[in-house]
Amino acid sequence: MELLRLATAGSVDDGKSTLIGRLLYDSKTIFEDQLEAIEATSAQRGDEHVNLALLTDGLRAEREQGITIDVAYRYFATPRRKFIMADTPGHIQYTRNMVTGASTADLAIVLIDARHGVIEQSRRHAFIASLLRIPHLVLAVNKMDLVGWDKEVFDEIREDFTKFASKLDIVDLTFIPMSALLGDNVVDRSANMPWYEGSTLLHHMEEVHIASDRNMVDVRFPVQYVIRPQSTEHHDYRGYAGQVNGGVMKPGDEVMVLPSGFTSTIESIETGGGPVAEAFQPMSVTIRLADDIDVSRGDMLCRPQNQPEVGQDIDAMVCWMSESSSLRAGQKLAIKHTTKWARALIKDVQYRLDINTLHRIEDADDLSLNEIGRIKFRTTQPLFYDKYTRNRSTGSFILVDETTNATVGAGMILGDY
Amino acid sequence: MTTYQLSHVAALEAEAIHIIREIAAEFERPAMLFSGGKDSIVMLHLAIKAFSPAKVPFPIMHVDTGHNFEEVIAYRDRRVEETGIRLVVASVQEAIDKGMVVEETGPRASRNGLQTVALLQGIEDHGFDALFGGARRDEEKARAKERVLSYRDEFSQWDPKAQRPELWNLYNGRHNMGEHFRVFPISNWTELDIWHYIRDENIDIPHVYYAHKREVFLRDNMWLGVTPFMSMMEDEVSEERLVRFRTIGDATCTGAVDSAADTIDKVIEEVAATRITERGATRADDRRTEAAMEDRKKEGYF
Repeated sequence: MELLRLATAGSVDDGKSTLIGRLLYDSKTIFEDQLEAIEATSAQRGDEHVNLALLTDGLRAEREQGITIDVAYRYFATPRRKFIMADTPGHIQYTRNMVTGASTADLAIVLIDARHGVIEQSRRHAFIASLLRIPHLVLAVNKMDLVGWDKEVFDEIREDFTKFASKLDIVDLTFIPMSALLGDNVVDRSANMPWYEGSTLLHHMEEVHIASDRNMVDVRFPVQYVIRPQSTEHHDYRGYAGQVNGGVMKPGDEVMVLPSGFTSTIESIETGGGPVAEAFQPMSVTIRLADDIDVSRGDMLCRPQNQPEVGQDIDAMVCWMSESSSLRAGQKLAIKHTTKWARALIKDVQYRLDINTLHRIEDADDLSLNEIGRIKFRTTQPLFYDKYTRNRSTGSFILVDETTNATVGAGMILGDY
Repeated sequence: MTTYQLSHVAALEAEAIHIIREIAAEFERPAMLFSGGKDSIVMLHLAIKAFSPAKVPFPIMHVDTGHNFEEVIAYRDRRVEETGIRLVVASVQEAIDKGMVVEETGPRASRNGLQTVALLQGIEDHGFDALFGGARRDEEKARAKERVLSYRDEFSQWDPKAQRPELWNLYNGRHNMGEHFRVFPISNWTELDIWHYIRDENIDIPHVYYAHKREVFLRDNMWLGVTPFMSMMEDEVSEERLVRFRTIGDATCTGAVDSAADTIDKVIEEVAATRITERGATRADDRRTEAAMEDRKKEGYF
């Protein structure tokens, strides 16, 4: 059984909670005691229906204010796949949360209310999904029951959105007409829309091909931890532990260590459960090399003829996440990239993006909370990176405020400058 | 042709091992909470695999309420001996004896709330700056919103509104003196994933997880074991039943469920078919108020 990570974005008005409730309920993931608890709470609050939003709105503050303040994770499984769902609120001030939920997702579901068509919020969600390179995007055209199951309404929305999506970098786009409330095309096929010949949402989530989304070409292995047992039995043992960030590694392969540039051969690839014949993303393994060379945390193993970029001057898109400060030129921040910490000096905020229109605001000189823009910075040490579009692991970084220790920025590398 | 697919449990294992190694690399004094429950057993197993063939480079800490299942303590001691890992015990009894906390009284008395005090004292005594916990997000709705690396201030408080965003697999564990992190490497596992993993890896667990005969009595629709630690109320009668535990905590507030599942395959079958969450079925401590877990977490609970 394979694991699929998905992100959902939308507001309560789009029927997102109903959709999630439907997926959990129809896949038998809602338990009786959970249902009883939300039934009791709904009744006490005088809600007309059992409020499925209470399932996802977990914190006291959220229930009291009727809002969702954070990313919530939900788990469900079918016989074919296990799903980890990052559920994020859709409102503009929660861009930070959607970026967080989207960072590891294989698939994103963006909800559209069939009555309202493609609105600003849908465009924003699709843009974030494309910025974070979520490989598969599903446009769930919901509330089809309220537009008389009309094919023309669906076609119009599809055309409208496809036009907008051509400006984005979306690999795989799927449109599904549905009614989350009545269950049409969520888990079961709709009898009301015989004109729709595609998959139901759940079927699509089970079948969409994700194995080839990972980078299997460029060997990238950031060294996380050096294993030296310090025991008589394993006296000379030296293993480099880490998670494969790209490519396929095999014993016998020649590898290069960055930054030293030394080369060696992979002697064995080990796990706590014994040696393996090959390692690929996202396996956590321990690499042993044939030669005794100096390797430490923050170094990277790659192939001599396929190396990442090595550089200190970086051009990147950044989402700013701090409530108390803004990002501007001259600022110094800590940066974490793969298993390496360094410091970054912000050289320039090149432009801010209007995430609703994708318009570039060239005269912007700062980014505040939930804003996305393009920046240049210089790091104290070289990073071993790839473009984010080529590798989501070696192309991403976080920025950390050195006084508060808060994570204040999420970045995607475009290249050097 | 190789398909280069990882099973979902293998993917979860890879993620957990990455988290455990990251903490060992970046923190000065990490420790792993170990209760003898299945989640902490799996977590310890992952830690052993993460550093093999070297020893786990940090100790385990048991928050001992004094109200234990004997089998679980025997299991803990056996595991410590096998792995050579260092064990640190934070004792609730000691906290009571020192007058740091006052024990609840009456038939519904529980030491669950007192655990927090012993836990925080243990963290302070040993200067731990990162504490691994076996909490899973599917357990409870407050946990569903907690980060893998959960920042705690100098009072060990959790502030759900001030959580650090957590992106990709880039964890930010930076902190000042006196602050620490709770780290949850198996956040994304479900109860069923845990059981599949226990089966696949052939992990030894305490026998109370399998069906056995036990003297129990009914309270709040839960079967509680008869123990010297708690008194029964007047109208309560005990009887011997075939039961098993789905979770293991303080013996006074962990309920058993009727079950004939005496092998791992039968347990998996039972868990897959069940319609009640494990905490809902067996934990009196979560039933106290609707936001019980959120409130306890804010005070510094796991």
